Amino acid sequence: MSSPASPVTTEKPSAYQDLARGARACLPVCISVAAYGLVWGVLAGQAGLSVLEVLLMSGLVFAGSSQFVALDLWTGNPAALPIGALVLAVAIVNLRYVLLTATLRPLFASRLRPSALAAIFVATDENWALTVAEMRRRPTGAAFLVGGGLMIYVSWLASTAIGRLLGAAIDDPAAFGLDFAFTATFLALLLGMWRGKGDLVPWLVGAGAALIAARLIEGNWYILVGGLIGSFAGAVFETRARRDRLA
Amino acid sequence: MTVSPEALSAIALMALATYAIRVGGLLLADRLPREGFVAAWLRHIPGAVLAALVAPAIASGSIAEAVAAAVTALVFIATRSLFPAMAAGVVAVYIARLFV
Repeated sequence: MSSPASPVTTEKPSAYQDLARGARACLPVCISVAAYGLVWGVLAGQAGLSVLEVLLMSGLVFAGSSQFVALDLWTGNPAALPIGALVLAVAIVNLRYVLLTATLRPLFASRLRPSALAAIFVATDENWALTVAEMRRRPTGAAFLVGGGLMIYVSWLASTAIGRLLGAAIDDPAAFGLDFAFTATFLALLLGMWRGKGDLVPWLVGAGAALIAARLIEGNWYILVGGLIGSFAGAVFETRARRDRLA
Repeated sequence: MTVSPEALSAIALMALATYAIRVGGLLLADRLPREGFVAAWLRHIPGAVLAALVAPAIASGSIAEAVAAAVTALVFIATRSLFPAMAAGVVAVYIARLFV
């Protein structure tokens, strides 16, 4: 990936070069981010979010998978909004971000400055992966992360808002089978997370636990019950399999 | 363009929790496990949560939803992209419901 304009050197590039390079690297990713954003925006309208609420959630939370999960818990009636469950679900789905941002620590000075606390806000799965790959290739500054992050931020905010506005044109979602769009989207998101056989245990245990919990517990708690038990089982299975391989 | 106070507080708290997690990784960078049980647990959460969302939704539906779920999965596996998979699922459920 070396072009004449950006020769591979061991010299640390300027912040501006890093910013531009990060933005350019994220360009293809932005297209798929926007596709997900459109779908999320349409579903958000069905879930009862206003345009302003879409902009606020996309702009402030800025974490795709957790926003999808939040839609399942959202209600159009403000008095019935399960605020505690929403915050808990979003936090649990996003908990893995501590692993991502921890690996970005070398981008910043040994004493964290306020700019670092601002930069980390735009860390997502996509620009994290690109930044970590770039850090392995050459000296990289935090601006690389920010360049990609800003691109993703703009495309997420714009596409979710556009999706919400387009979705508003649909009067009766169930009449067109659009109520199934939620399930279909979650299923596709799930399949997109497949990394190998190690995912089978957490998915099956999570699904089974959720089916049982949905019968026993009132409300939407089965999502978190299934998610926590399933991921726990996946971790048990994964660490045991690794130990067996080493033994 | 409105936002209810309840929605505003929900979004603000969701945002705060997410930001705290992002900053937390930076602050605790040297003390967090990169490998092992806890790291594996955190990595498996999103998939397990989605599985927990999907399974009851499909199980509580009729045969039409089950067929549409299968169509969604096949189209996703073939195209690896979200939009055609969702669209195929919606069309499939619409058609299947005409017969169920």
